Amino acid sequence: MLGKLTLSQIPYTNPIIMGAFGFMILAVVALFALITFLHKWKWLWYEWLTSVDHKKIGVMYIIVALVMGLRGFADVVMMRSQLALSFGSSQGYLPPEHYDQVFSAHGVIMIFFMAMPFLIGLINIAVPLQIGARDVAFPFMNSVSFWLFVVGVILVNLSLAIGEFAQTGWVAYPPLSELNYSPGVGVDYYIWSLEIAGVGTLLTGINFFVTIIRMRAPGMKLMQMPVFTWAALCTMVLIIAAFPILTVVLALLSLDRYLGMHFFTNTLGGNAMMYVNLFWAWGHPEVYILVLPAFGIFSEVIATFTGKRLFGYTSMIYATVVITVLSFLVWLHHFFTMGSGADVNAFFSLTTMVIAIPTGVKIFNWLFTIYRGRLRFTTPVLWTLAFMVTFTIGGMSGVMLSLPGADYVLHNSQFLIAHFHNTIIGGTVFGAFAGFAYWFPKAYGFKLNEKLGKRAFWCWFVGFYLTFVPLYILGFMGMTRRVNHYDNPTWHPLLIVAAAGVFLTLIGILLQVTQVVVSFLQRKQNLDLTGDPWDGRTLEWSTSSPPPSYNFATIPVVTGRDAFWEMKHNGAVNHRPTEYRSIHMPKNTGAGVFIGLFNLALGFALIWHIWWLAILGLLGIVVTLILRTSSDNIHYYVPAEDVARIENERAERLAR
Amino acid sequence: MRNARHHLWKGLPVGAVAALSGCANLTVLNPRGQVGSEEKTLILTAAILMLLVVVPVIVLTVVFALRYRASNTKAKFTPEWSHSKRIETVIWLVPLAIITTLGILTWISTHKLDPYRPLAASGTPVTIEAISLDWKWLFIYPDERIASVNEIAFPTNVPINFQITSDTVMNSFFIPQLGSQIYSMAGMRTQLHLISDAPGTYAGLSSNFSGQGFSNMRFSAISTSEEQFEDWVSKARQSPDKLDLDAFEALEKPSEDVPVQYFSDVTPHLFEDVIAKYMTGAGSMQMTGQVGAQASN
Amino acid sequence: MSSYSARIEEHEHDDVTSVRVFGFWIYIMSDCILFASLFATYAVLHNNFAGGPTGRDLFELPGVLVETFCLLISSFTYGLAMLARNRGSKSGVIGCLAVTFVLGASFVGLEVTEFHKLILAGHGPQQSAFLSSFFTLVSTHGLHVTCGLIWMVVLTAQIAKKGLTVATSTRMMCLSLFWHFLDIVWICVFTIVYLMGAM
Repeated sequence: MLGKLTLSQIPYTNPIIMGAFGFMILAVVALFALITFLHKWKWLWYEWLTSVDHKKIGVMYIIVALVMGLRGFADVVMMRSQLALSFGSSQGYLPPEHYDQVFSAHGVIMIFFMAMPFLIGLINIAVPLQIGARDVAFPFMNSVSFWLFVVGVILVNLSLAIGEFAQTGWVAYPPLSELNYSPGVGVDYYIWSLEIAGVGTLLTGINFFVTIIRMRAPGMKLMQMPVFTWAALCTMVLIIAAFPILTVVLALLSLDRYLGMHFFTNTLGGNAMMYVNLFWAWGHPEVYILVLPAFGIFSEVIATFTGKRLFGYTSMIYATVVITVLSFLVWLHHFFTMGSGADVNAFFSLTTMVIAIPTGVKIFNWLFTIYRGRLRFTTPVLWTLAFMVTFTIGGMSGVMLSLPGADYVLHNSQFLIAHFHNTIIGGTVFGAFAGFAYWFPKAYGFKLNEKLGKRAFWCWFVGFYLTFVPLYILGFMGMTRRVNHYDNPTWHPLLIVAAAGVFLTLIGILLQVTQVVVSFLQRKQNLDLTGDPWDGRTLEWSTSSPPPSYNFATIPVVTGRDAFWEMKHNGAVNHRPTEYRSIHMPKNTGAGVFIGLFNLALGFALIWHIWWLAILGLLGIVVTLILRTSSDNIHYYVPAEDVARIENERAERLAR
Repeated sequence: MRNARHHLWKGLPVGAVAALSGCANLTVLNPRGQVGSEEKTLILTAAILMLLVVVPVIVLTVVFALRYRASNTKAKFTPEWSHSKRIETVIWLVPLAIITTLGILTWISTHKLDPYRPLAASGTPVTIEAISLDWKWLFIYPDERIASVNEIAFPTNVPINFQITSDTVMNSFFIPQLGSQIYSMAGMRTQLHLISDAPGTYAGLSSNFSGQGFSNMRFSAISTSEEQFEDWVSKARQSPDKLDLDAFEALEKPSEDVPVQYFSDVTPHLFEDVIAKYMTGAGSMQMTGQVGAQASN
Repeated sequence: MSSYSARIEEHEHDDVTSVRVFGFWIYIMSDCILFASLFATYAVLHNNFAGGPTGRDLFELPGVLVETFCLLISSFTYGLAMLARNRGSKSGVIGCLAVTFVLGASFVGLEVTEFHKLILAGHGPQQSAFLSSFFTLVSTHGLHVTCGLIWMVVLTAQIAKKGLTVATSTRMMCLSLFWHFLDIVWICVFTIVYLMGAM
């Protein structure tokens, strides 16, 4: 009846896991109680959960991503404290079977359920506004994407208490992830959470690719799109081309595990290195899926806050496109030590290094945008400057690793850990925080508290270096990744320093949480009435904050780059039409939520071999889809009077 | 901005202290063999080459940010200026030049440091067959017909020819102070050529995560004089244990933190058999040494 | 509704159709990559027989040829359905889709029979890496065809009920793309897996 699921699968003897899960349950119960107490269930359902509005979906993405960021950071605290403690005779407090789950979950959560959804959230909020569109090409599909991502999130969190998570590292290389070496459900949680969330990501890729190509405001040529939109476009190309590979490789691994096939097994002709190849054929583009949007954010931030056109727009775009293409030609650098010949290694090393050229060009472009500008030191700018310094160092260590000769001694070491955190935190995370502070007023209508934002920034910045400089050094001291205990006395002080760095970062995170709460309480003082709090350059700042559901009462006509900046200078802002027209908009729908629920049932059933539930889940998905396609009642008109009323109210607010 | 500088300087001494305290222990930058030395030179050369552009970028970021801060109204402000052929040419050419140099360096060094390339040194190479097991290393000396667990010895200044495979999941064979590492994979044979130029006991490990016992999957690599190496071999030869199929099957079973062990005799072609059992079928060691030998030929 | 807003609506519908079809094209591109990954996997593993049978031992080309013709002809009848749609003939569309469905279902039926025979003879996907990759590649295509068939049933019902509206005829166009795409993939499967395997 319940497949492999029995009570004994719940690790109720482990106080750490039970504590964490108990805390999670408490948080969820408290949240539910609060919503009930405030009578907000209806509001939540109709305004948010069933919404197909790209801005609301974006906000939901970011909220879930932030919560998962906290979960992933809890893993960090556990790992770093374990390593600060587990020297010599002390084994620390995390035995290998637990520690191995922690680092696997940390990688999976931070990449799939924090960094990527955070950026997709920002893309959701900003891109349609930047191109002067009223919504994305496929609003319902956008909601489905979001709910599939949430299913992945729920499955990963369930693995904490029901069963276990993978003990294989976030890459889950076979044969270790095969049934004979990982007989538990951990790898199955890994497979299905990523498989389901991955399909969601693929749909997002298609959705935004079509949106950017087909839904731009009249007059906006490709080479006039905001840089963030360009970055998003290239990201979507990467998603469309790379995610099917992940889908396949995880499916093949599941066939090995579920049906006894031999794709990656040691025996009967399986080939584990094929998994490694396919995984990184997706995995390396994934790195750029994470960093290109961040590059876009920095470009917007730096141009806005210097009050100056972005330097070298054209070379910036070409650099982005070159990176997009090259990212598919470098995957083998993740395993130079596999024993490929020197020619093969050298080829992939060269393609990898070539990526440093367009990346370097980008850094210089930002640099020369600051040159002869008027830089306002806001929080987004601090993150951008920190990025420029940090990412340059990360790029340098990356080029070092791309030399096979150097990689032969640095591969799988703490140096590698330091390198990719240097680029992912220094690039993606700093970028996400910059974008968060930059677009926050657009999404919510009030600005974030700058003082707390800056304090949080400094804690993060110093905390980051305190954590990862020791890891670079430990890499040179021969410390590999994924160890949970060591006897080498010279590693110990450095690991204590790294733990201190994490503690400082933790203070930064607490300050960020405080920042959001304080900003909310003081929102009256920081209201953004104009819709243009930063003296922005692109179209998202031309509408109100938060924008009305239809974004633009009249679709703007674009004549050049920095469309809104031009309008402001030509005095074309706030020209209100004499007559408003009714606007055709998609209706909210619960179908996305139901598809998510059925997918959750399907995923959970597959993990635990509960076959009847799996069939039910699958049927539920198909039936929901059929019902949805059979419904004609999916659009509505915002009547012209309503549009006029909303726009007039805004004009009054502006006049005040 | 005073705030900024204050924090930047605060981070520096911590890093410096940490760096200094670790200097002598930077094993990778303190190599004891030709391969490791060349890799160290490569790392340092590449680092210096890149610092040529990295340092100016970081300095310019700070300088530009401070000079063109909004409050400094004396600095020039050109809001419409966004294009300069000269600057754009330079910013494409500078990274291009550095990467071209690094590219040439890469091509040469990758071929020179190819782990499969035998080292040009005098003396007959010592062949060691390494098998990664859950979670220990088994070493077979086919010429001496001895075997050991978690310890190897070899004469200083003599090339060592490692043949590597796995009888479990993927691992990576690595002695940081001697240089390169390479994966060990079931059903496959990888090779690694190393040499040491100073006697000593060096830490060896698996650097690719392989499961629960991974952290303690370490071995010692003893570089020593010819005489002491002979002593080590004869010590192994005196061991009461022999590595036949039964002993191997017992050894295969997962175990952690395994002490050093010696075997005075080894079933011929055991290494080839371990590879062959994954090549043909079910993954059990049924064939005799001879079948294995044929498979490997 | 004024004639102006009616015109706007018509314009929007045109746009909706072309955006939808464009989006579906992009989906097919991503599906291409999915199949490319499976073909690559097959290419790597197709000689790993692990002592088991080879393609030459297993494949019965005449049966596969019948399958192939079923699918090719079904593509042709789908084309006829599209022509009927352009004429606005609802009954023509439904008739042609019904024939297409029968042909598609025969294809799936033949494939299932072939697999059933192989598995009964002990040559299931568990026997060797070659068979794993063979079964997976071919059945992924078969699964796509099955999804196409379900879609066809739903679409036919919708057309029967609502007629050839903008929504249904847009979907017909998307399914048409999907169906022809599966045809092309099958030709690759037939050539690379069956012909080259049996030679």
